[in-house]
Amino acid sequence: MQIIKDRQLVENTWTFITDDSPLPEIGDITVTLVRWLADKEQLLKRSGQAGVRLNPSDQTEQLADDLSKIAVIELNFPIFGDGRLFSQARLLRSRDAYQGEIRAVGDYLPDQVFYLARVGVNAFEFSDPNHIQEALAAMNNFSVRYQASTN
Amino acid sequence: MYQYNKQDQTLIEERVNEFRGQTQRFLSGELGPDQFRALRLMNGLYVQTHAPMLRVAVPYGLLSSKQLRKLASVARDYDHGYCHFTTRQNVQYNWPELNRVPDLLAELATVQMHAIQTSGNCLRNTSSDHLAGICKDEIEDPRPYCEIIRQWTTLHPEFAFLPRKFKIAVSGATHDRAAVQFHDIGVYLVKNEAGEIGFRILAGGGLGRTPIIGQTVRPFLEKQHLLSYLEAILRVYNLFGRRDNKYKARIKILVKETGLEKFTAMVEKEWLRIKDEMLLSNERIEEMKAQFAPPTYDSSASNDSSFEAHLSADASFAKWVKYNTVEHKIAGYRGVYLSLKAPDSPPGDMTDKQLEAVADLADQYSFGEIRSTHRQNLVLADVKQADLFTVWQQLDSIKLATPNIGTVTDMICCPGLDFCSLANAGSIGVAKEINEALDDLDYIHDIGDIKINMSGCMNGCAHQSVGHIGILGVDKHGEEWYQITLGGSSENEAAIGERLGPSVPKDQITATITTILDVYIKQRLEDETFLETVKRVGLEPFKERVYANH
Repeated sequence: MQIIKDRQLVENTWTFITDDSPLPEIGDITVTLVRWLADKEQLLKRSGQAGVRLNPSDQTEQLADDLSKIAVIELNFPIFGDGRLFSQARLLRSRDAYQGEIRAVGDYLPDQVFYLARVGVNAFEFSDPNHIQEALAAMNNFSVRYQASTN
Repeated sequence: MYQYNKQDQTLIEERVNEFRGQTQRFLSGELGPDQFRALRLMNGLYVQTHAPMLRVAVPYGLLSSKQLRKLASVARDYDHGYCHFTTRQNVQYNWPELNRVPDLLAELATVQMHAIQTSGNCLRNTSSDHLAGICKDEIEDPRPYCEIIRQWTTLHPEFAFLPRKFKIAVSGATHDRAAVQFHDIGVYLVKNEAGEIGFRILAGGGLGRTPIIGQTVRPFLEKQHLLSYLEAILRVYNLFGRRDNKYKARIKILVKETGLEKFTAMVEKEWLRIKDEMLLSNERIEEMKAQFAPPTYDSSASNDSSFEAHLSADASFAKWVKYNTVEHKIAGYRGVYLSLKAPDSPPGDMTDKQLEAVADLADQYSFGEIRSTHRQNLVLADVKQADLFTVWQQLDSIKLATPNIGTVTDMICCPGLDFCSLANAGSIGVAKEINEALDDLDYIHDIGDIKINMSGCMNGCAHQSVGHIGILGVDKHGEEWYQITLGGSSENEAAIGERLGPSVPKDQITATITTILDVYIKQRLEDETFLETVKRVGLEPFKERVYANH
């Protein structure tokens, strides 16, 4: 499946592994914050890359020491109106200087992509393929920005 | 007043285009009702009892005559020929058709107006003192800071999906006319011991179901840190404000549950981290101040003698001057209130004809500017005393000169059950009935300064909990009943009204209000105001009379 990364369409290579599933031997995977904190060493020994999927109530501070080892952070929207993820992205980029990929996943709208991009989200995964084109277009909805931002 | 530059204009036009696309996607079934709901709310569009309701932003209540004329033509072309002024100094249309709203917004954009963030769980219109720049008790004009805040809040990428709505008010005077203490963030311009002007920042105030008075999080903030401090508060709120229950989602609940000390510590920690990256330069402040420079006043305005002559010759004029005009910092000028509380029209409503006539008056007598007040009236801020008599006559001819500002018939009132899908009870009809019962101007003037606020439901759009007399519509087994509170105030000595007792049915509400007024008249000492009397004697004498037959 394709996702948007840095405004380009690219093939997705990442899989989210739920807490009750075993870790696959190969491939790029993301896990929950809880699992990351528990199985960090094991995750970093695998041959594929490792990432973390954050939910809105997760405290990003808990990742502070690990950020250089994390290739992807997914921000998982349970519902599109949960704005905590916007502050999480902003903090990861500005406070923690996180350089890796921040990807929006879950239930959110193409209409939010403009805002998300401005707080530092640079990759977007949608379950509905129609949303991908809409999201690419929505990134250009506004040419004016009143606030300083991370992008 | 602030004039848009090319960037500002581009942004609102881009927002119209985005909204046009969103509306089309909804009408074609591509966007679901819930998704569209969130998107349209962020652009001021509610779906109401009869039709959508569109709320148009009037930043800090300032309007040009050109904008007023556009509001009039929109009222005519898209609505039933009128609009409604709200307690956030905004304008509402009650009858636009959904598929025409994008065109309506495009028209507003031609006069630098928009509906961005006038509803939804986002940063709302910043409100302010309607006498800003002209009142004698001002430390500094708050409007340049309001505009700086307006721009910062507009499409803020991080704070577009907050737990709940978020309102900011700024006042620059010693007398608070902007209900600053009842805002999510309240900002007072203050002078410190060294004589420097900065801000006192309050957080956690709010009305609605759980009215709470805001608390000071920072007694003095240097001007350059205004935006970083707001950002720190918003970040803490966005991350930690409750999202599990919409009735507990406002920042007032976060401040209350966290405790002021801990909340302040969280804000200060974040602020210390970001404050040096977000400095507001002196240059930017000065540029913004220049946009609000005073108009060219006539230095000989006070030489006029006709004003005094008219005052002594015409008692009606003198009465109007006493109630509907206010002192101005420039000699020979006065601020003029236009009462949108004529006895026979819904509080806060204006017709297209009235809007256009007021635009003409503003052009001719008040530098082309008009203000809206949070008590749902308008102000012509800079009228020469020599022109007051003519202005009065003209206002009288369009029913905007009822001399009742600050009196019992100058009620704040929400649209109520007649228009709003949230309401439990009517409010406009009750306001009319109270008005009819109090038709004797001498009696009204004798009662003096009293603020009645009436909301049709718990959401409290008309700020009933801070009315000197608050009236709240409740539903009792499908019937409209009204709960009464006394002693509230949204001014400096902020207070939340106390409940008088059991609610009263609709057919007794007017009699109840007149009884309360009678008790006041019997109880008051000399020139004691209603609020002072309530404070001194308490609720008991009022209860005794109101519930005498129960």
